[in-house]
Amino acid sequence: MQTPFYDPASVAGKAPPVDESTDLLIVGAGPAGIAAALEAAGRGIGVTLVDENPVPLETMGEDVPLHFGARMGAAAGNANAMLEAMLEARPELGDALEAGIDVKLGTAVWGLFPHGPASAWMDTHVAGLADSSHTWLMSFKRVIVASGRRDMGLAFDGWQRPGVMGASAAWRLAALYGALDARRAVLIGSDTDALNVGVELMTRGVQIVAVIEQSDAILGDAALASQLEAGGARMLTRHVVRHAHGDAYGVTSVEAASLDAGASARFDCDTVLLGIAALPAIELLEAAGCATAFDAARGGHVVSVDAMQRTSLPFAYAAGDCAGVWAAKSRDEAIAREEGRRAARAALDASSVADLAQVVQPEAPEHDIARSRVEWVRASVLGAAGEPFVCQCEEVTAREILDVRPPRYLDWHPADPAHDTRGVAGLARSGPPNPDAVKRLTRACMGPCQGRRCREQVAALVAIGAGCALPQIPLATFRAPVRPLALRQLADVAEASSTAAHWDSWFGMASQWVPFWRVDPLYRAGTRRVGEPVASE
Amino acid sequence: MNTLAAGNIKGASVVIVGGGVTGLSAGWWLAREGIDVLVLEAGMIGWGASGRNGGGCSHHHSPLFMEEQRLWPMMDELLGYPTEFCRERIRIALDEHQFRLYRRALENGAHHGLRSDVLDAKQVRELVPLAGDNVHAGYFYHFGGHANPHRTLQAYAWAMEDHGARILQHTPVTGFVTQGGRVSAVKTSSGDFACDHLVIAAGPHTGVLAAQLGIDVPLAAARAEMIVTEPLPQMPLGGVDGNGLYGRQTLRGNLAYGGGPHEWIGLDDVPKVRPHSTPLQCSIAARLAALLPKAAHAKVIRSWAGYIENTPDGRPVIDRPDAQGNVTVATLSSVGFGLSPASGHAIRDLVVDGRCAFADLSSLSLSRFAHLEPNWRELQGWLPLPLRAAAPELEAA
Repeated sequence: MQTPFYDPASVAGKAPPVDESTDLLIVGAGPAGIAAALEAAGRGIGVTLVDENPVPLETMGEDVPLHFGARMGAAAGNANAMLEAMLEARPELGDALEAGIDVKLGTAVWGLFPHGPASAWMDTHVAGLADSSHTWLMSFKRVIVASGRRDMGLAFDGWQRPGVMGASAAWRLAALYGALDARRAVLIGSDTDALNVGVELMTRGVQIVAVIEQSDAILGDAALASQLEAGGARMLTRHVVRHAHGDAYGVTSVEAASLDAGASARFDCDTVLLGIAALPAIELLEAAGCATAFDAARGGHVVSVDAMQRTSLPFAYAAGDCAGVWAAKSRDEAIAREEGRRAARAALDASSVADLAQVVQPEAPEHDIARSRVEWVRASVLGAAGEPFVCQCEEVTAREILDVRPPRYLDWHPADPAHDTRGVAGLARSGPPNPDAVKRLTRACMGPCQGRRCREQVAALVAIGAGCALPQIPLATFRAPVRPLALRQLADVAEASSTAAHWDSWFGMASQWVPFWRVDPLYRAGTRRVGEPVASE
Repeated sequence: MNTLAAGNIKGASVVIVGGGVTGLSAGWWLAREGIDVLVLEAGMIGWGASGRNGGGCSHHHSPLFMEEQRLWPMMDELLGYPTEFCRERIRIALDEHQFRLYRRALENGAHHGLRSDVLDAKQVRELVPLAGDNVHAGYFYHFGGHANPHRTLQAYAWAMEDHGARILQHTPVTGFVTQGGRVSAVKTSSGDFACDHLVIAAGPHTGVLAAQLGIDVPLAAARAEMIVTEPLPQMPLGGVDGNGLYGRQTLRGNLAYGGGPHEWIGLDDVPKVRPHSTPLQCSIAARLAALLPKAAHAKVIRSWAGYIENTPDGRPVIDRPDAQGNVTVATLSSVGFGLSPASGHAIRDLVVDGRCAFADLSSLSLSRFAHLEPNWRELQGWLPLPLRAAAPELEAA
């Protein structure tokens, strides 16, 4: 068949050169990712295992990929020491290297770009990779994403201070790098995941001085709670953190307040651990177009997977925390490892069938996670005295989000009181309000941390404003690059020479820009003007 | 679903199909005269091309240009909500070739009696602090400007609601009821809505919908991409582009730019496949780093893609064809945002008066396609690219 003529101003024939290719790309070298790599090794296919850790200190300082709250210890500045600590913490990485797996550490995957309808110009699936010195593309046939978890943020007065950090971020620094700079910590949240991190940090020498829970009972495992209590932690239910006080170096104390009476308690501490919710880190898969759903047993919005860890994309699999966070899995890495192995088997053989008896499913959630997240936001954020910024990057308060106020840099005041933005509920009109619309109008979630610290709070506020349940609120979309990358880093990626040879700022149609006083009364495709470069307006 | 919301609405004097910037502007123009307006949007307002553009307001080639220029400085006041409109633009050429290309705006502006200055490299660097040593020359157009598409779109929506108009989202139109050569009602998944006049401004879907009424609006759809950086210190003038890019520094300080090749897609893919950005963002980033070298360190924090419709010649259609007595069709053909204050006004004129009082719309009529070849998409190469065969199985040893 004759090749059709393709618009030379279009992407046709301009796919960038892809230097590196692999059969099976595995993103994330935690328990699930390493197990997947070892399962796939030695079978005659190319396996590449990529992990962004060790993350450069500068990146961690931007709260990427986790909310590190500037509590990185001195060792975090030494790339070699971090790498050594990581290899020591995950000895199976050595096995992976020995098994002939191409292991790339300190390398972030910032985008997965499927070949498919409406994006067919790249003729393979491609991943965008970046390390500290290069940015490049890698083609792959299958991808297993084992990108782990992140933490829900929660605003209160003073939460912008150094020392306020995600519980998973603290765990990452302590367990992977041995570089958590914290001595006395208050833990906010009491589900098993939070308590588990608290106990693990306690065994590493961090004093947990209090556990603060807005609900009327400690939510998680009683034995873990007892361990923390025995270690000196005060357990406060029906409480929130009202204020984190501090100095230039960060938090020095927190004030916890009862939700019922005026009672308050003060704790000297250098760190506040946000343990409200551990969330599946789904940004890479969601941005690539994987179907997601709010699944309370799997930690909220999560990539939908079948028993063989297949996602809705026929070449993509999810394993480990990004396929669901639940308490038993957090405490037993064997579950994540088995998910990784299943994902690898499915990737290797499309016809593989899961032995359902062996597939560990999440237990019923120990509490109503959707309600809990909304109640945390209501109690801590809306209940705050000083209107803390929910979105720290763009400086947006809860009230501004609920009112859908234009951002403060516009200094907008309605000329007529009739011009009312009508709040979150007014945006809905039909169907639940979409956080993406609220983001665009208020700028919340639109800053350099890419919404890591505020997106779940914004979703909860939208639910509150619209008077609907959190699971009804659509998931705000993620976008590549899912890690911030400098223009000059992205510019490092090679392009086809034909891209530069024919680059128009818009559609490259001469007829589009002919001034109206010169247009022909009739237009025909066969006699259109072609060949000259065109600028748009 | 919106049955509850839709349940109370039986119809409107004017039903507008499409909650993009063109439909919403038209709705606002009609509603502010007290006309009963209902906008039906298949998804979310502004989720198509209206929300994916550089925000430019400088279309000196268009018969709507002078109205565009007249209205933009007043839009915040007229709407009652902020649009972030800022006057004037600078375009930077990094070589002589670009310098010649960008001269057209100067010439077209001059045709309308509007001033532009030619800038040498030093002058460009003085006006654009993020520009670098690689500047060849530039233009300072003392007309046009830029605004924030999302904010403007919502401003139209809020303003038309202030005047009593209604918007139903998630309400795809499935067909029309005609009576005696006129459309009497619009069919949707939430029931029928009666109308005295119909406006179809449904972006890529305009052609398919109009075809049901015997009106041929030739259209194709493409995917295009943009990137946005973290905020940088505000330049004196945000409306700076060039080097094959369109875009602006926003009032927040972010650099939001696009450009480069587009991908033609099947019209069927528009509702089915979410528009994805691709590694083209690397090429856009490279050109932005060259346009504004002192911003090369700035972090890209988002990219996005959108679907955009085009007519065969890329020029808008704003027409009230004879096929039906009470139907106005409009597509701005990939250049709709900046012209929206004027396009809405023109649609208002066609709906209410049957003709546009302030501009000659003859170059935007459908009659120019009377002799268009049926295979125009093939002739122009506006074809979706073939999908590669299904991925081969991994060859496990």
